[in-house]
Amino acid sequence: MKKVTYRNQISRVLGVSLVVFLLFSGAIFGQDEAAAAGDPAKGKALFNQNCAACHALNRKMTGPALANVESRLSEDEGLDREWIYAWVKNSPGVIKSGDDYANKVFNEYNQAPMTAFPTLSNGDIDNILAYTAAPPPEPVVAEAAVAEEGSGDSSGISNELILGALVIIFGLLVMMLVLVQRTLRRIAVANGLDLEKEKAERGLPLWKAFAQNQFLVLVTVVLLLLSGAYFAYGWLMQVGVDQGYMPIQEIHYSHKIHAGDNKIDCKYCHSSARVSKHSGIPSLNVCMNCHKSIYEYKGNAEGPSKEDLANGYTNEFYTGEIKKLYKAVGWDEDNQSYTGESKPVEWVRIHNLPDLVYFNHSQHVSVAGIECQTCHGPVEEMEIMYQYAPLTMGWCINCHRETNVKVEDNEYYAKIHEELSKKYGVEELTAAQMGGLECGKCHY
Amino acid sequence: MASNKKYWKSEAELNPNDSIVEALRQNEFVEEIPVDEFLGDKEKLSSTNTNRRDFLKYVGFSTAAASLAACEGPVKKSIPYVVQPERIIPGVANYYATTIANGFDFASVLVKTREGRPIKIENNTDAKVNGGANARVQGSVLSLYDSTRLQGPVKGGEAIEWSALDADVKAKLNALKGSGKQIALLTQTYASPSTSKLIAEFKEMYGSVNHVVYDAISEDAALTAFEARYGERALADYDFEKAEVIVSFGADFLADWQGGGYDSGYSKGRVPKNGKMSKHVQFEANMSLTGANADKRVALTPMQQKIALAKLYAKLNGTSIGGEIPEYAQQAIDAVVAEIDKNKGAAVVVTGLQDVNAQAVVLAINESLGSKSYDAKAPKYIRQGSVKGLNALVADMKSGHVGALIMDGVNPMYTLPNASEFEEALGKVDLSVSFSTSWNETTEVTQYAAAANHYLESWGDTEIKKGHYSLIQPTIKELFDTRQFQTALLAWMDSDKSYYDYIKETWDADVLGGADWNQALHDGVYVSGSNSIDQFVETVASTVGLDEVDTSGVDVSSAVRNLSKAVSGGGMELTLYSKVGMGDGQQAGNPWLQEFPDPISRVSWDNYVTVSKADAITLELVNEHAANGGLDGSYAKLTVNGVTVDNVPVLIQPGQAPGSIGLALGYGRSVGMKEEMKTGVNAYPLYQGFNNVQSVTIEKTAGMHEFACIQLHNTLMGRGDIIKETTLEIFNTKDHAEWNKVPMVSLDHQEVEATSVDLWDSFDRSIGHHFNMSIDLNACTGCGACVVACSAENNVPVVGKEEVRRSRDMHWLRIDRYYSSEDTFEADNTKKEEFDGLSGDKGSLGGFGELEDPATNPQVAFQPVMCQHCNHAPCETVCPVAATSHGRQGQNQMAYNRCVGTRYCANNCPYKVRRFNWFLYNNNDEFDFHMNNDLGKMVINPDVTVRSRGVIEKCSMCIQKTQKTILDAKRDGRVIKDGEFQTACSMACSNGAIVFGDVNDKESKVAELKESDRMYHLLEHVGTKPNVFYHVKVRNNNEA
Repeated sequence: MKKVTYRNQISRVLGVSLVVFLLFSGAIFGQDEAAAAGDPAKGKALFNQNCAACHALNRKMTGPALANVESRLSEDEGLDREWIYAWVKNSPGVIKSGDDYANKVFNEYNQAPMTAFPTLSNGDIDNILAYTAAPPPEPVVAEAAVAEEGSGDSSGISNELILGALVIIFGLLVMMLVLVQRTLRRIAVANGLDLEKEKAERGLPLWKAFAQNQFLVLVTVVLLLLSGAYFAYGWLMQVGVDQGYMPIQEIHYSHKIHAGDNKIDCKYCHSSARVSKHSGIPSLNVCMNCHKSIYEYKGNAEGPSKEDLANGYTNEFYTGEIKKLYKAVGWDEDNQSYTGESKPVEWVRIHNLPDLVYFNHSQHVSVAGIECQTCHGPVEEMEIMYQYAPLTMGWCINCHRETNVKVEDNEYYAKIHEELSKKYGVEELTAAQMGGLECGKCHY
Repeated sequence: MASNKKYWKSEAELNPNDSIVEALRQNEFVEEIPVDEFLGDKEKLSSTNTNRRDFLKYVGFSTAAASLAACEGPVKKSIPYVVQPERIIPGVANYYATTIANGFDFASVLVKTREGRPIKIENNTDAKVNGGANARVQGSVLSLYDSTRLQGPVKGGEAIEWSALDADVKAKLNALKGSGKQIALLTQTYASPSTSKLIAEFKEMYGSVNHVVYDAISEDAALTAFEARYGERALADYDFEKAEVIVSFGADFLADWQGGGYDSGYSKGRVPKNGKMSKHVQFEANMSLTGANADKRVALTPMQQKIALAKLYAKLNGTSIGGEIPEYAQQAIDAVVAEIDKNKGAAVVVTGLQDVNAQAVVLAINESLGSKSYDAKAPKYIRQGSVKGLNALVADMKSGHVGALIMDGVNPMYTLPNASEFEEALGKVDLSVSFSTSWNETTEVTQYAAAANHYLESWGDTEIKKGHYSLIQPTIKELFDTRQFQTALLAWMDSDKSYYDYIKETWDADVLGGADWNQALHDGVYVSGSNSIDQFVETVASTVGLDEVDTSGVDVSSAVRNLSKAVSGGGMELTLYSKVGMGDGQQAGNPWLQEFPDPISRVSWDNYVTVSKADAITLELVNEHAANGGLDGSYAKLTVNGVTVDNVPVLIQPGQAPGSIGLALGYGRSVGMKEEMKTGVNAYPLYQGFNNVQSVTIEKTAGMHEFACIQLHNTLMGRGDIIKETTLEIFNTKDHAEWNKVPMVSLDHQEVEATSVDLWDSFDRSIGHHFNMSIDLNACTGCGACVVACSAENNVPVVGKEEVRRSRDMHWLRIDRYYSSEDTFEADNTKKEEFDGLSGDKGSLGGFGELEDPATNPQVAFQPVMCQHCNHAPCETVCPVAATSHGRQGQNQMAYNRCVGTRYCANNCPYKVRRFNWFLYNNNDEFDFHMNNDLGKMVINPDVTVRSRGVIEKCSMCIQKTQKTILDAKRDGRVIKDGEFQTACSMACSNGAIVFGDVNDKESKVAELKESDRMYHLLEHVGTKPNVFYHVKVRNNNEA
């Protein structure tokens, strides 16, 4: 799965850059000569790497929108490229020098100083400017979506046709059988056979014969009872086990996009899993670390896939979810500031251990080095998070029996491991041998 | 040798004909399950509408309904922070150092917070003075979450805004500025440099401001005596660790005497080291915690104590003085003087008599002894109250000279003996404001009730002892619309400073002397460098002449004369005292403290008048044991100077000096309290002139009071070797096999040591951790801080008075108190045999009367008992569902969710430490304590399960804490050091009586203690191999 997503990304990047290149090559001629000196493709890479955290092309973020920034500056403020070089390389210096426009911008954006980029060469800045001068690529998504929708419809019709044909064929077959039987019956009557008598002579019906055989009845009853008990037991055992529990959340948060497509480490958001018993649901300020600059979803450039569309997961849908986050955290997009009016998100808790169990994430994550996926399943593929493991005591115990304790480079285990492994005559100790099956280790 | 002493738990046990005692000896549970009550009554059964068939239908339906309902789990919401505070990680505790300074308790503590909620108080081991939290301080965190707290300012019963209150008060204060009427501030003792400075500035601004301090339980006499001698209104400090001879005249210094905090030093000197330990002689009337710990306790009425003190002074100075005291007291004085002469520089004399003469004499004695445990150079400031100042204020109020009265931290309408006079005087004051955390007797009569912060929500500072500063910092934002007094003062002074800034400025300027503020805040305490102390020594030495002993000799000799002329005012002598659990009554709404059993009487949820057996017989006062094992007592009426307190329950207290009675202050609160918490009687009306000794008449009244007493619930059942004790002489001279006998059992008709016989094969416990707990009976003073700490750590429910009376208390840790008499009455036996004729020296006529009554002056021993975590636990083998099992680390584990409640384990436990949840104690209106409201539930420790109905629970040896220690070490990849493993009780014990640790770590302290000669296990002959062990109590008592 990982490989596939990677390939998708490559093709997406290639596709986007091709489109961008084509558009640019047309636009280059329309721009003035200075911009022509830069390479917008390189510029885009540089822009994403250095600037995108605070700037977008067409909207205000932490810093101003940068589309056509050069022409805007030269037309409105009479500032040339040299000024831009100086600004990018050392904006605090420019502000300090008392430059009017520099101070105006500085004050307008809450006096948040722009990071100095002394490492960027003039050529790099040229490239970035070239990128900003070119209009951003038009999304081709909508078209593709429409096209795909059409194709989806056509396949639906053909399926129905095939089914209809099958029904007709089946009907014909039935009719033929009826005809054959009638013919045979007619032949039998013609030959003088008494069908009714024949039937009576054949003896008792099967069910009566069965009812009369007590042994068979007994065996069947026992079998029925046993299988009934088996299923009843199975049913009872799943009471309170919420494996596969997949509640609808207030904000549609896709682990697939975050942990899968973008490969964000689980513990970046669930940081307390390293040190605490709780993995912690990330607070909204953690979301805003990234979502301050990621204000819309444009993940799949070639457009959403068929099943995404079937579920309604369009880019607009995801962007709408980001807006829900902004509303909850009280982020004013236009002014790029917090309003102070926040409303905590009420997530529906998926993994519920009863109160009588003590479970500590850090023990498993930090000490034992267990992957999150071991218990939580392929989270990076989950569009909607669900409970992967049964979270029953038997499931816990099995793992404790099978898993070896990670004792390497941990001084705590040095002595106890040496002594215990000698006692049990094993190379590596399981969690169970270390005492991980004792009641009091999890119940107190 | 001492193991053949007779031990007993209550005075009734000495009566061989007491049927209840007999029943308790035979039965495990006091009360039978009342099956007969609901099944035996045939008439009732047949007359009921519900017949058997219906009953079965209901059972079937409810079972089906319950199991169907269980199929669908509830939807649980999880709400993360919007902006997570930097230092809060859900699931990880934060600790903050702060200080409690509520006017009665002063202690530097650490506060454990979880997700921003304070949930437990712990000792601040960095603090050099008052770093130990007593039971009340341990319990104070629950008072933060008291549902009856005042949630905002109130004017005449109606809630108002702070801005309105500010406007009214400011207008009034400004109007008073030039009017000639005074503005009075009536407050608790703050001992706070910043508050003093702030009040001085307030005075400057508003002119005629009169700041009066009073303590509900006053140390005025001690303060006055100290002031007369040293020129400063403070209290001498004592270091009992350095003392070799301690003589106390009615000073309960292990409890609340002069602000308390002396027990940890005392305990350190009580553990025999190199054959030496301190000797403690106590002359007192009530059986106090301190008297219970004394090597020799002499029961004297307060009047006799005064004479005895005078005689001691005279004898030390080689003179003699008149006055009548009993012969045994005279002998005791002579013995004490001999001891003091042997250890001149290491003897200390203290007194709790609220009498300036007595206090002055004691200061003089200590100074002349040159006692190294006596410190007048750096005195304590934690009591400042002035009776004179208060009386003057009330007089001023009455005469209409007071324009405004602003009160903080005091509840005069409850604590003043002349409350009605105060109320009348209050009527003549134009403006009255009372700061209080809850609605109380005083807020009811003042115009404004200003909702005050709890100390865990406040900023502040204190100077507990000269040069020893500590800081108060909030550990949670104000839960309600409350404000601390100092913040309000700042607001009324039109200052825009916060009190935090104010403290910081004060400290930077006057206290820290260049030291780091953040460090001081982190530590919670700051000891100013030698400069200030030296300075003080210089000034005082030059002005008062500290180095000369007899500066105030003239005064002392007259004081001694006055003392020796002490006469009883007729009638009984009443000594008012404060209980370890309740103090001055500020925290009367705290269910933990209400349920905390008194260390001596083992009575919870009550105060009572203690009388001696002899007086009880003459006054016809009785104590009886009811059929359910509860204790009943007569009611009495107490009258002091025409003030009568009626319906005071009577408790016959062994050791109470005949002719004296005792009554605890701090009970009988009635306003703003939940019905359950309105316990006991208010003794403050008898506290006239702030004197703890009163002449009283006592009279029996009708009716019997039902006590919730843990006294007789479980007896020793004839197993006399539970407490082992010996004397220092035997301890030093004889082999431990003699004074710490290992019980013998018969194996193959051979007498062998019980410890060598085993029914089971032992597991190999040498690998990994093996936890043991050591309890030193010498260091344990019985103070009970561990009991409350255990309740807080382990979510132990409060069950209420009725349930405690039914012996259904839930404390995981109890401190058993045993009385003992002289060795098996042998002295009496000899005496009896030597009777010769009816009269004369050896005549039986008077002789029988002289025979010792064991209840007159027993010795006392305290023994904390929790689950002993037996390696061969009897409870584990009888559990039908394997709900209780043993861990490799030595802990006996209890899986509540497996338990089906057969109680076989409780039945089979030889130590009676298992507790059964008879009811659901949370979310149950029948038990309307803190677990029944959302606010009170905030104190619950999230790492420990809240138990449900029908399961057994017991001490887990704080497995949540040991597991956390292990996990922290694993995460850091390091070996665990000794001292890291702690339980709630071992952490709470500032006396060092409870030591916890890993015995497989041969370097650890607990491993060393296990090898001690004094080590023994409870009921060794049962062969349970407990992981808790005790140390034989050694008394420095050569006469026994």
